[in-house]
Amino acid sequence: MKYERAMERRRFLKGAVGAASLVALSGCDNLTQSSWFPAILNKAERLTEAVQRAVTPRDALAKEYREADISKIFPANGNTDPGTEQYAEHVVQNFSAWTLEVVGLVQTPKSWSLAALKELPSRTQITRHDCVEGWSAIGKWTGVPVGDLMHQVEPLPNARYAVFHCADVDDEGIAYYESIAVADCYHPQTILAYELNDAPLDIPHGAPLRLRFERQLGYKQAKYVMKIELVESLAGIGGGKGGYWEDQGYEWYAGV
Amino acid sequence: MALLIQSQEAVNREEDERPNTEPAASAEPSTENDQTVSSVPSLEGVYRHRLPVRISHWFNVPFLIILIMSGLQIFNAHPALYWGDRSDRDQALLSIRPMQTESGEVRGITTILGHQFDTTGVLGYSDGMRRAFPAWATIPSAKWLAMGRQWHLFFAWLFVINGLIFTAYAFASRHATRDLAPTGNDLRGIGQSLKDHLALRHPSGDEAKRYNVLQKLAYASVLFIVAPLIVLTGLAMSPMIDTAFPWLLTIFGGRQAARTIHFIACFSFVGFIVIHVLQVILTGFFNNIRSMVTGWFIIQREEVRHEV
Repeated sequence: MKYERAMERRRFLKGAVGAASLVALSGCDNLTQSSWFPAILNKAERLTEAVQRAVTPRDALAKEYREADISKIFPANGNTDPGTEQYAEHVVQNFSAWTLEVVGLVQTPKSWSLAALKELPSRTQITRHDCVEGWSAIGKWTGVPVGDLMHQVEPLPNARYAVFHCADVDDEGIAYYESIAVADCYHPQTILAYELNDAPLDIPHGAPLRLRFERQLGYKQAKYVMKIELVESLAGIGGGKGGYWEDQGYEWYAGV
Repeated sequence: MALLIQSQEAVNREEDERPNTEPAASAEPSTENDQTVSSVPSLEGVYRHRLPVRISHWFNVPFLIILIMSGLQIFNAHPALYWGDRSDRDQALLSIRPMQTESGEVRGITTILGHQFDTTGVLGYSDGMRRAFPAWATIPSAKWLAMGRQWHLFFAWLFVINGLIFTAYAFASRHATRDLAPTGNDLRGIGQSLKDHLALRHPSGDEAKRYNVLQKLAYASVLFIVAPLIVLTGLAMSPMIDTAFPWLLTIFGGRQAARTIHFIACFSFVGFIVIHVLQVILTGFFNNIRSMVTGWFIIQREEVRHEV
């Protein structure tokens, strides 16, 4: 009798816990599917950005590591080959015809060949790449500080975002792009890298030019960069959220 | 003589606690000159949890469940843990991955410090899906890193704000020092308390008015060690915060180490919650729930009634 009651109690408890977790789970999934709830969750992004920027000195450097810390294998995520005909042609020509344009809200739009960029003063940094998935890898990057390019083109006062247009498209033909604040272009570690670990960038890692934006997550580090466009608003570019991954629901502010 | 001292101590303790209790239904016991003694159970209400404690407690229930489940969603995006700053694949401390056997069957394999365990059905491979933690344990239930992050980073703020308000209150009201910090006497009785807990013997009567030593240690360590640890290791995973506070990486031993500690702290919370809920059920479910909702806890005492 006592045993039966205990069993019954156990069954009841098990059922109650199971039902509660099911309700909670499907409740959360329903909220996720609604239009209003993710909009509320999204509010945290601005709070996070405001607080993190407030506590971080503007030119504070991301930690730079020693040669010995460099990862033996630096994983390549996302697109590992743009796969377009034009890009294949650039590969054949060893990127000799690759140009970087800086356009949009600037005093003097300019473009550089890859060789011309390599003539400019460079910066080398051994930094940690943090992927949104959770892994980290350390690599040695050499490239031209984006701030130096900005000083040459002189952004107009209303330029708020620098949009990086890339050579790669996804399976559905959507072009990859990314954006950062114009103010962040002047951070000393924000560079357009053409070397990884003392060798020219290879295709999986973004040859011939990729952005290194060290204080934010990996998905901001646009590969295969062809053009930087300075704009006042991100609306009307791609899905309007400021980047390929942002258009898929990732935060524009990727400092966390 | 020894007996006398002991009983004197018991009286002292009772007097110490009296200001905390209601003007109760209990009569003043007088031990002198009694001829006949009979024992009658009586009930006494104790105001056990003050409002700010109750509010922050109940906020934490959904906050923690959501943070744990959305955290597992994020973990699933790279289901391995490491030490140091890098995640070298061959150096994982723990990994949970689907693996194909020679016969073509998929099994979920959990590898901890080089030891492999077949965890098919729960970890690595569940309900026909290749995923570290199963769908019933993650928010959202489907594989969706971006949405898991949105949930996690939103509720992390609420958890931190709730925690800061609670901490300020706990120290201002002396809840932390008076109710949560174990006394020397408590710590000396830890062996006995451990035995009692394992035998499921729980304090009753006056002893149930205050937290016992294991309760104090559990609450204090969750509130003042595990919770700050999980917040700080969470922050240490932010590349921006690492530039503002580089010492975070130093104290935790690198970003991947911080991620590992974050995970361990998470499962410390899970362990705490399981034992906590179990104890709530075992020591009088409705009484405990009532006390955390209304503040009032009822204790039953075998009161000694004296008849002259």
